[in-house]
Amino acid sequence: MIPAGFDYHAPRTLADAIKLLGDLGPDARLLAGGHSLLPMMKLRFAEPAHLVDLGKIPELRGIAQVGNEIHIGAMTTEHDLLRSALLAEKVPLLVEGTSWIADPQVRYKGTIGGDISHGDPGNDHPALMLALDASFALKGPRGERVVKADGYFLGLYSTLLEPGEILTQIRIPLPAAGTGWSYQKLKRKTGDFATAATAVLLQMKGNSVAKVGIGLTNLAPTALKARAAEDYLVGKAIDERALTEAARLAMSICDPMQDQRGDAAYKTAMCGEMTRRALAAAHARASKS
Amino acid sequence: MAKTYKVAFKLNGKDVAAEVEPRELLIYTLREKLAHTGSHIGCETTHCGACTVDVDGMSVKACTVLTVQCDGSQLLTVEGLEQGGVLHALQQAFHEEHGLQCGYCTPGMLTRAYRLLQENPNPTEHDIRYGISGNLCRCTGYQNIVKAVQSAARKLTATAAKAA
Repeated sequence: MIPAGFDYHAPRTLADAIKLLGDLGPDARLLAGGHSLLPMMKLRFAEPAHLVDLGKIPELRGIAQVGNEIHIGAMTTEHDLLRSALLAEKVPLLVEGTSWIADPQVRYKGTIGGDISHGDPGNDHPALMLALDASFALKGPRGERVVKADGYFLGLYSTLLEPGEILTQIRIPLPAAGTGWSYQKLKRKTGDFATAATAVLLQMKGNSVAKVGIGLTNLAPTALKARAAEDYLVGKAIDERALTEAARLAMSICDPMQDQRGDAAYKTAMCGEMTRRALAAAHARASKS
Repeated sequence: MAKTYKVAFKLNGKDVAAEVEPRELLIYTLREKLAHTGSHIGCETTHCGACTVDVDGMSVKACTVLTVQCDGSQLLTVEGLEQGGVLHALQQAFHEEHGLQCGYCTPGMLTRAYRLLQENPNPTEHDIRYGISGNLCRCTGYQNIVKAVQSAARKLTATAAKAA
Protein backbone atom coordinates (compact mmCIF):
# COMPACT_ATOMS: atom_id res chain seq x y z
CA MET A 1 0.00 0.00 0.00
CA ILE A 2 3.11 2.18 -0.16
CA PRO A 3 4.51 2.87 -3.63
CA ALA A 4 7.96 1.61 -4.50
CA GLY A 5 10.64 4.27 -4.35
CA PHE A 6 11.06 6.79 -7.16
CA ASP A 7 12.66 10.13 -7.92
CA TYR A 8 10.34 13.11 -8.12
CA HIS A 9 10.59 16.01 -10.56
CA ALA A 10 8.37 19.08 -10.82
CA PRO A 11 9.31 21.14 -13.88
CA ARG A 12 7.93 24.64 -14.20
CA THR A 13 7.56 24.76 -18.00
CA LEU A 14 6.32 22.42 -20.68
CA ALA A 15 9.66 22.59 -22.47
CA ASP A 16 11.44 21.49 -19.30
CA ALA A 17 8.95 18.63 -18.86
CA ILE A 18 9.53 17.37 -22.40
CA LYS A 19 13.30 17.58 -22.00
CA LEU A 20 13.11 15.83 -18.66
CA LEU A 21 11.01 12.99 -20.11
CA GLY A 22 13.54 12.53 -22.86
CA ASP A 23 16.49 12.54 -20.45
CA LEU A 24 14.89 10.16 -17.97
CA GLY A 25 13.76 7.63 -20.58
CA PRO A 26 11.11 4.89 -20.41
CA ASP A 27 11.18 4.46 -16.62
CA ALA A 28 9.66 7.91 -16.15
CA ARG A 29 5.93 8.50 -15.94
CA LEU A 30 3.94 11.70 -15.97
CA LEU A 31 2.01 12.66 -12.84
CA ALA A 32 -1.17 14.63 -13.54
CA GLY A 33 -3.87 14.44 -10.83
CA GLY A 34 -2.44 11.16 -9.66
CA HIS A 35 -5.81 9.58 -8.97
CA SER A 36 -5.36 6.79 -11.51
CA LEU A 37 -1.58 6.43 -11.27
CA LEU A 38 -0.98 6.67 -7.51
CA PRO A 39 -3.58 4.00 -6.65
CA MET A 40 -1.81 1.71 -9.16
CA MET A 41 1.56 2.51 -7.62
CA LYS A 42 0.21 1.83 -4.13
CA LEU A 43 -0.76 -1.66 -5.32
CA ARG A 44 2.63 -1.92 -7.06
CA PHE A 45 0.93 -2.45 -10.43
CA ALA A 46 3.17 0.38 -11.63
CA GLU A 47 6.69 1.04 -10.36
CA PRO A 48 8.14 3.94 -12.35
CA ALA A 49 11.63 4.99 -11.33
CA HIS A 50 10.74 8.65 -11.92
CA LEU A 51 7.61 10.75 -11.66
CA VAL A 52 7.42 13.99 -13.62
CA ASP A 53 4.75 16.11 -11.93
CA LEU A 54 2.99 18.40 -14.42
CA GLY A 55 1.20 20.26 -11.62
CA LYS A 56 3.47 23.32 -11.62
CA ILE A 57 3.07 24.17 -15.33
CA PRO A 58 0.44 26.93 -15.61
CA GLU A 59 0.19 26.81 -19.40
CA LEU A 60 -1.36 23.34 -19.15
CA ARG A 61 -4.47 24.65 -17.39
CA GLY A 62 -7.38 26.69 -18.67
CA ILE A 63 -10.57 26.63 -20.70
CA ALA A 64 -11.06 29.03 -23.60
CA GLN A 65 -13.01 29.47 -26.80
CA VAL A 66 -10.67 29.79 -29.76
CA GLY A 67 -12.57 30.41 -32.98
CA ASN A 68 -15.22 27.71 -33.20
CA GLU A 69 -13.47 25.34 -30.84
CA ILE A 70 -13.14 25.02 -27.09
CA HIS A 71 -9.53 24.47 -25.99
CA ILE A 72 -8.95 22.86 -22.61
CA GLY A 73 -5.53 22.54 -21.02
CA ALA A 74 -4.78 18.91 -20.18
CA MET A 75 -4.11 19.64 -16.51
CA THR A 76 -7.50 21.33 -16.04
CA THR A 77 -9.19 19.55 -13.15
CA GLU A 78 -12.61 17.90 -13.28
CA HIS A 79 -13.67 20.40 -10.62
CA ASP A 80 -12.76 23.30 -12.89
CA LEU A 81 -14.62 21.74 -15.81
CA LEU A 82 -17.74 21.55 -13.64
CA ARG A 83 -17.47 25.19 -12.60
CA SER A 84 -16.90 26.54 -16.11
CA ALA A 85 -19.67 28.86 -17.30
CA LEU A 86 -18.26 28.58 -20.82
CA LEU A 87 -18.61 24.80 -20.87
CA ALA A 88 -22.05 24.91 -19.25
CA GLU A 89 -23.19 27.13 -22.07
CA LYS A 90 -21.32 25.76 -25.06
CA VAL A 91 -20.50 22.06 -24.31
CA PRO A 92 -23.00 20.92 -21.66
CA LEU A 93 -22.41 17.25 -22.53
CA LEU A 94 -18.92 17.57 -21.09
CA VAL A 95 -20.24 19.09 -17.86
CA GLU A 96 -22.87 16.38 -17.44
CA GLY A 97 -20.33 13.63 -18.13
CA THR A 98 -17.80 15.13 -15.73
CA SER A 99 -20.38 15.31 -12.94
CA TRP A 100 -20.48 11.51 -12.91
CA ILE A 101 -16.71 11.05 -12.63
CA ALA A 102 -15.75 9.67 -9.21
CA ASP A 103 -16.42 12.04 -6.27
CA PRO A 104 -15.69 15.61 -5.17
CA GLN A 105 -12.26 14.87 -3.71
CA VAL A 106 -11.10 12.97 -6.78
CA ARG A 107 -12.48 15.72 -9.01
CA TYR A 108 -10.44 18.38 -7.21
CA LYS A 109 -7.24 16.63 -8.27
CA GLY A 110 -8.16 14.52 -11.31
CA THR A 111 -7.50 16.12 -14.68
CA ILE A 112 -9.12 15.74 -18.08
CA GLY A 113 -5.73 15.04 -19.68
CA GLY A 114 -4.84 12.38 -17.15
CA ASP A 115 -8.26 10.73 -17.49
CA ILE A 116 -7.80 10.58 -21.26
CA SER A 117 -4.12 9.53 -21.40
CA HIS A 118 -4.23 6.81 -18.77
CA GLY A 119 -6.00 4.44 -21.14
CA ASP A 120 -8.33 3.00 -18.53
CA PRO A 121 -11.51 1.85 -20.33
CA GLY A 122 -13.49 2.73 -17.21
CA ASN A 123 -12.66 6.41 -17.45
CA ASP A 124 -15.52 8.58 -18.68
CA HIS A 125 -13.81 11.27 -20.77
CA PRO A 126 -12.80 9.06 -23.72
CA ALA A 127 -16.40 8.23 -24.69
CA LEU A 128 -17.36 11.89 -24.23
CA MET A 129 -14.47 12.89 -26.50
CA LEU A 130 -15.59 10.38 -29.13
CA ALA A 131 -19.16 11.70 -29.05
CA LEU A 132 -17.84 15.29 -29.26
CA ASP A 133 -15.41 14.45 -32.11
CA ALA A 134 -12.60 16.04 -30.09
CA SER A 135 -8.92 16.23 -30.98
CA PHE A 136 -5.82 16.14 -28.79
CA ALA A 137 -2.65 18.21 -29.07
CA LEU A 138 0.40 16.08 -28.31
CA LYS A 139 3.77 17.71 -27.76
CA GLY A 140 7.13 15.97 -27.84
CA PRO A 141 10.77 16.52 -28.64
CA ARG A 142 9.99 16.64 -32.37
CA GLY A 143 7.22 19.22 -31.98
CA GLU A 144 3.44 19.17 -31.83
CA ARG A 145 0.88 16.99 -33.56
CA VAL A 146 -2.91 17.05 -33.32
CA VAL A 147 -4.75 13.74 -33.48
CA LYS A 148 -8.44 12.89 -33.38
CA ALA A 149 -9.96 11.18 -30.37
CA ASP A 150 -11.37 8.66 -32.86
CA GLY A 151 -8.44 6.30 -33.21
CA TYR A 152 -6.52 7.56 -30.18
CA PHE A 153 -7.49 4.74 -27.84
CA LEU A 154 -5.70 1.54 -28.84
CA GLY A 155 -6.15 -0.89 -25.96
CA LEU A 156 -5.90 -1.36 -22.22
CA TYR A 157 -3.61 1.42 -20.94
CA SER A 158 -2.54 2.02 -24.55
CA THR A 159 -3.05 5.16 -26.61
CA LEU A 160 -1.39 6.91 -29.56
CA LEU A 161 0.76 8.91 -27.12
CA GLU A 162 4.41 8.10 -27.88
CA PRO A 163 7.10 7.83 -25.20
CA GLY A 164 8.42 11.32 -24.55
CA GLU A 165 5.15 12.98 -25.62
CA ILE A 166 2.75 14.92 -23.44
CA LEU A 167 -0.96 15.43 -24.12
CA THR A 168 -1.19 19.19 -23.66
CA GLN A 169 -4.62 20.24 -24.87
CA ILE A 170 -8.08 18.96 -25.70
CA ARG A 171 -9.86 20.66 -28.61
CA ILE A 172 -13.61 20.35 -28.98
CA PRO A 173 -15.52 21.65 -32.00
CA LEU A 174 -18.42 23.78 -30.78
CA PRO A 175 -21.66 21.81 -31.11
CA ALA A 176 -24.13 23.65 -33.34
CA ALA A 177 -26.87 25.63 -31.63
CA GLY A 178 -29.83 23.39 -30.76
CA THR A 179 -27.70 20.24 -30.43
CA GLY A 180 -29.06 17.77 -27.90
CA TRP A 181 -26.82 15.85 -25.51
CA SER A 182 -26.83 13.29 -22.72
CA TYR A 183 -24.47 11.07 -20.74
CA GLN A 184 -26.25 8.10 -19.18
CA LYS A 185 -24.07 6.19 -16.73
CA LEU A 186 -25.21 3.04 -14.93
CA LYS A 187 -23.20 2.50 -11.75
CA ARG A 188 -23.49 0.60 -8.49
CA LYS A 189 -23.22 3.83 -6.56
CA THR A 190 -22.53 7.47 -7.33
CA GLY A 191 -18.79 7.69 -7.88
CA ASP A 192 -18.27 4.16 -9.17
CA PHE A 193 -16.84 3.38 -12.59
CA ALA A 194 -19.54 2.66 -15.19
CA THR A 195 -21.23 -0.70 -15.37
CA ALA A 196 -22.15 0.73 -18.78
CA ALA A 197 -22.38 4.31 -20.02
CA THR A 198 -23.29 6.05 -23.26
CA ALA A 199 -22.51 9.60 -24.41
CA VAL A 200 -24.69 11.09 -27.12
CA LEU A 201 -24.42 14.35 -29.05
CA LEU A 202 -27.41 14.73 -31.36
CA GLN A 203 -28.26 17.29 -34.01
CA MET A 204 -31.72 17.14 -35.59
CA LYS A 205 -33.01 18.64 -38.80
CA GLY A 206 -36.76 18.77 -38.44
CA ASN A 207 -37.73 15.32 -37.26
CA SER A 208 -34.74 13.44 -38.58
CA VAL A 209 -31.21 13.05 -37.34
CA ALA A 210 -28.72 15.30 -39.08
CA LYS A 211 -25.65 14.29 -37.11
CA VAL A 212 -25.03 12.08 -34.10
CA GLY A 213 -22.01 11.06 -32.04
CA ILE A 214 -22.23 8.05 -29.72
CA GLY A 215 -19.45 7.01 -27.31
CA LEU A 216 -19.51 3.95 -25.02
CA THR A 217 -17.69 3.70 -21.67
CA ASN A 218 -16.26 0.55 -20.03
CA LEU A 219 -17.69 -1.92 -22.54
CA ALA A 220 -14.42 -2.99 -24.17
CA PRO A 221 -10.65 -2.57 -23.60
CA THR A 222 -11.12 1.02 -24.81
CA ALA A 223 -13.98 3.49 -25.09
CA LEU A 224 -15.90 2.77 -28.27
CA LYS A 225 -17.38 4.92 -31.00
CA ALA A 226 -20.71 3.32 -31.94
CA ARG A 227 -20.18 4.00 -35.63
CA ALA A 228 -22.78 1.61 -37.01
CA ALA A 229 -25.43 3.03 -34.69
CA GLU A 230 -24.46 6.56 -35.72
CA ASP A 231 -24.59 5.77 -39.46
CA TYR A 232 -27.91 4.00 -39.05
CA LEU A 233 -29.54 6.96 -37.29
CA VAL A 234 -28.67 9.66 -39.82
CA GLY A 235 -31.85 10.65 -41.67
CA LYS A 236 -34.08 8.68 -39.31
CA ALA A 237 -36.67 9.89 -36.83
CA ILE A 238 -35.92 9.10 -33.19
CA ASP A 239 -38.82 6.70 -32.67
CA GLU A 240 -39.14 3.41 -30.84
CA ARG A 241 -37.86 1.40 -33.81
CA ALA A 242 -34.80 3.65 -34.24
CA LEU A 243 -33.97 3.52 -30.53
CA THR A 244 -34.20 -0.26 -30.50
CA GLU A 245 -32.06 -0.69 -33.60
CA ALA A 246 -29.46 1.89 -32.49
CA ALA A 247 -29.23 0.16 -29.10
CA ARG A 248 -28.79 -3.22 -30.84
CA LEU A 249 -26.02 -1.84 -33.07
CA ALA A 250 -24.26 -0.35 -30.03
CA MET A 251 -24.54 -3.63 -28.15
CA SER A 252 -23.12 -5.53 -31.14
CA ILE A 253 -19.66 -3.97 -30.70
CA CYS A 254 -19.43 -4.44 -26.92
CA ASP A 255 -16.79 -6.73 -25.45
CA PRO A 256 -16.88 -6.00 -21.71
CA MET A 257 -14.86 -7.69 -18.98
CA GLN A 258 -16.76 -9.78 -16.47
CA ASP A 259 -16.20 -8.33 -13.01
CA GLN A 260 -17.99 -7.35 -9.82
CA ARG A 261 -20.16 -4.97 -11.86
CA GLY A 262 -21.64 -7.80 -13.88
CA ASP A 263 -21.02 -10.43 -16.49
CA ALA A 264 -20.57 -9.66 -20.18
CA ALA A 265 -24.18 -10.37 -21.13
CA TYR A 266 -25.52 -8.10 -18.41
CA LYS A 267 -23.14 -5.24 -19.19
CA THR A 268 -23.92 -5.50 -22.89
CA ALA A 269 -27.65 -5.41 -22.20
CA MET A 270 -27.08 -2.34 -20.02
CA CYS A 271 -25.18 -0.70 -22.88
CA GLY A 272 -28.35 -1.10 -24.88
CA GLU A 273 -30.42 0.51 -22.14
CA MET A 274 -27.99 3.41 -21.56
CA THR A 275 -27.79 4.03 -25.32
CA ARG A 276 -31.55 4.08 -25.57
CA ARG A 277 -31.84 6.51 -22.63
CA ALA A 278 -29.06 8.77 -23.88
CA LEU A 279 -30.60 9.02 -27.35
CA ALA A 280 -34.04 9.73 -25.92
CA ALA A 281 -32.72 12.36 -23.51
CA ALA A 282 -30.57 14.01 -26.18
CA HIS A 283 -33.56 14.03 -28.50
CA ALA A 284 -35.69 15.75 -25.86
CA ARG A 285 -33.03 18.43 -25.50
CA ALA A 286 -32.42 18.91 -29.22
CA SER A 287 -34.19 21.64 -31.09
CA LYS A 288 -36.15 20.32 -34.03
CA SER A 289 -35.81 23.25 -36.39
CA MET B 1 17.90 5.46 2.54
CA ALA B 2 16.52 7.01 -0.65
CA LYS B 3 16.77 10.71 -1.36
CA THR B 4 14.56 12.76 0.92
CA TYR B 5 13.08 16.21 0.60
CA LYS B 6 12.31 18.75 3.28
CA VAL B 7 8.69 19.76 2.81
CA ALA B 8 7.24 22.75 4.64
CA PHE B 9 3.60 23.75 4.82
CA LYS B 10 1.00 25.33 7.08
CA LEU B 11 -1.01 22.83 9.08
CA ASN B 12 -4.10 24.29 10.75
CA GLY B 13 -2.41 27.68 10.70
CA LYS B 14 0.93 26.52 12.11
CA ASP B 15 4.17 26.17 10.18
CA VAL B 16 5.33 22.56 10.04
CA ALA B 17 8.02 20.68 8.17
CA ALA B 18 8.86 17.07 7.49
CA GLU B 19 11.64 15.19 5.78
CA VAL B 20 10.12 12.68 3.37
CA GLU B 21 10.91 10.35 0.50
CA PRO B 22 8.96 11.26 -2.64
CA ARG B 23 6.82 8.12 -2.23
CA GLU B 24 5.55 9.10 1.22
CA LEU B 25 1.80 9.75 1.09
CA LEU B 26 0.41 12.79 2.86
CA ILE B 27 -1.77 10.68 5.16
CA TYR B 28 1.30 8.93 6.59
CA THR B 29 3.18 12.19 7.09
CA LEU B 30 0.20 13.70 8.91
CA ARG B 31 -0.39 10.67 11.13
CA GLU B 32 3.12 9.40 11.80
CA LYS B 33 5.48 12.35 11.46
CA LEU B 34 3.20 15.20 12.52
CA ALA B 35 1.14 13.30 15.12
CA HIS B 36 -2.16 14.41 13.58
CA THR B 37 -4.02 11.13 13.80
CA GLY B 38 -7.48 12.64 13.31
CA SER B 39 -7.46 11.76 9.62
CA HIS B 40 -7.89 8.00 9.19
CA ILE B 41 -6.83 5.33 6.74
CA GLY B 42 -9.91 3.32 5.80
CA CYS B 43 -9.46 1.56 2.49
CA GLU B 44 -6.13 2.15 0.79
CA THR B 45 -7.93 2.27 -2.58
CA THR B 46 -9.00 5.95 -2.69
CA HIS B 47 -12.66 5.05 -2.18
CA CYS B 48 -13.62 5.66 1.43
CA GLY B 49 -12.62 9.27 2.10
CA ALA B 50 -11.71 8.67 5.76
CA CYS B 51 -8.41 10.37 4.97
CA THR B 52 -10.03 13.52 3.57
CA VAL B 53 -8.20 16.77 4.41
CA ASP B 54 -8.40 20.29 2.98
CA VAL B 55 -5.41 21.43 0.90
CA ASP B 56 -5.30 24.94 -0.57
CA GLY B 57 -9.08 25.20 -0.55
CA MET B 58 -9.73 21.71 -1.94
CA SER B 59 -11.07 18.55 -0.36
CA VAL B 60 -8.36 15.98 -1.00
CA LYS B 61 -7.92 12.32 -0.14
CA ALA B 62 -4.60 12.40 1.69
CA CYS B 63 -3.91 8.75 0.84
CA THR B 64 -3.66 9.73 -2.83
CA VAL B 65 -1.37 12.72 -2.63
CA LEU B 66 2.40 12.74 -2.19
CA THR B 67 3.68 14.89 0.65
CA VAL B 68 6.26 16.38 -1.71
CA GLN B 69 3.36 17.83 -3.70
CA CYS B 70 2.29 19.88 -0.66
CA ASP B 71 5.33 22.07 -0.22
CA GLY B 72 4.11 25.60 0.54
CA SER B 73 0.48 24.55 0.87
CA GLN B 74 -2.18 25.45 3.45
CA LEU B 75 -3.67 22.37 5.09
CA LEU B 76 -6.71 22.05 7.28
CA THR B 77 -7.43 18.80 9.09
CA VAL B 78 -10.16 17.86 11.56
CA GLU B 79 -7.89 19.00 14.39
CA GLY B 80 -8.10 22.52 13.01
CA LEU B 81 -11.87 22.86 13.08
CA GLU B 82 -12.12 23.65 16.76
CA GLN B 83 -11.05 27.20 17.56
CA GLY B 84 -10.05 28.29 21.06
CA GLY B 85 -11.86 25.42 22.76
CA VAL B 86 -15.06 26.06 20.81
CA LEU B 87 -16.29 23.32 18.51
CA HIS B 88 -16.92 24.23 14.89
CA ALA B 89 -20.61 24.39 13.99
CA LEU B 90 -20.16 21.14 12.03
CA GLN B 91 -18.66 19.32 15.01
CA GLN B 92 -21.43 20.58 17.26
CA ALA B 93 -24.06 19.55 14.72
CA PHE B 94 -22.61 16.03 14.28
CA HIS B 95 -22.83 15.70 18.06
CA GLU B 96 -26.37 17.04 18.34
CA GLU B 97 -27.76 15.19 15.32
CA HIS B 98 -25.99 11.90 16.19
CA GLY B 99 -24.13 12.00 12.89
CA LEU B 100 -21.60 9.39 14.01
CA GLN B 101 -21.51 5.96 15.63
CA CYS B 102 -18.04 4.42 15.51
CA GLY B 103 -16.54 7.72 14.43
CA TYR B 104 -14.10 6.27 11.91
CA CYS B 105 -15.44 8.16 8.89
CA THR B 106 -16.20 11.26 10.93
CA PRO B 107 -13.01 13.29 10.53
CA GLY B 108 -13.21 12.81 6.77
CA MET B 109 -16.91 13.69 6.79
CA LEU B 110 -16.30 16.84 8.84
CA THR B 111 -13.39 18.02 6.73
CA ARG B 112 -15.31 17.38 3.53
CA ALA B 113 -18.48 18.99 4.88
CA TYR B 114 -16.41 22.04 5.80
CA ARG B 115 -15.36 22.52 2.18
CA LEU B 116 -18.83 21.58 0.88
CA LEU B 117 -20.35 24.44 2.85
CA GLN B 118 -17.68 26.81 1.55
CA GLU B 119 -18.62 25.75 -1.99
CA ASN B 120 -22.35 25.92 -1.31
CA PRO B 121 -23.54 27.52 1.97
CA ASN B 122 -27.16 26.44 1.42
CA PRO B 123 -27.07 22.92 0.04
CA THR B 124 -30.19 20.87 -0.55
CA GLU B 125 -30.34 17.30 0.76
CA HIS B 126 -29.45 16.14 -2.76
CA ASP B 127 -26.49 18.54 -2.86
CA ILE B 128 -25.23 17.16 0.45
CA ARG B 129 -25.59 13.51 -0.56
CA TYR B 130 -23.85 14.17 -3.87
CA GLY B 131 -21.32 16.36 -2.08
CA ILE B 132 -20.28 13.63 0.35
CA SER B 133 -20.30 10.85 -2.24
CA GLY B 134 -16.54 10.51 -1.71
CA ASN B 135 -17.00 9.63 1.97
CA LEU B 136 -18.28 6.20 2.94
CA CYS B 137 -19.94 5.39 6.27
CA ARG B 138 -20.68 1.83 7.34
CA CYS B 139 -22.59 2.69 10.51
CA THR B 140 -25.12 5.43 10.11
CA GLY B 141 -26.80 5.06 6.75
CA TYR B 142 -25.91 8.75 6.17
CA GLN B 143 -29.28 10.09 7.31
CA ASN B 144 -28.00 11.82 10.43
CA ILE B 145 -24.86 12.95 8.68
CA VAL B 146 -27.06 14.78 6.19
CA LYS B 147 -29.10 16.27 9.04
CA ALA B 148 -25.92 17.38 10.78
CA VAL B 149 -24.65 19.14 7.67
CA GLN B 150 -28.03 20.79 7.18
CA SER B 151 -28.06 21.91 10.80
CA ALA B 152 -24.56 23.34 10.56
CA ALA B 153 -25.43 25.08 7.30
CA ARG B 154 -28.39 26.78 8.94
CA LYS B 155 -26.32 27.82 11.94
CA LEU B 156 -23.46 29.17 9.83
CA THR B 157 -25.83 31.06 7.54
CA ALA B 158 -27.58 32.58 10.55
CA THR B 159 -24.27 33.58 12.11
CA ALA B 160 -23.13 35.14 8.85
CA ALA B 161 -26.41 37.02 8.54
CA LYS B 162 -26.12 38.35 12.07
CA ALA B 163 -22.55 39.47 11.48
CA ALA B 164 -23.49 41.25 8.26
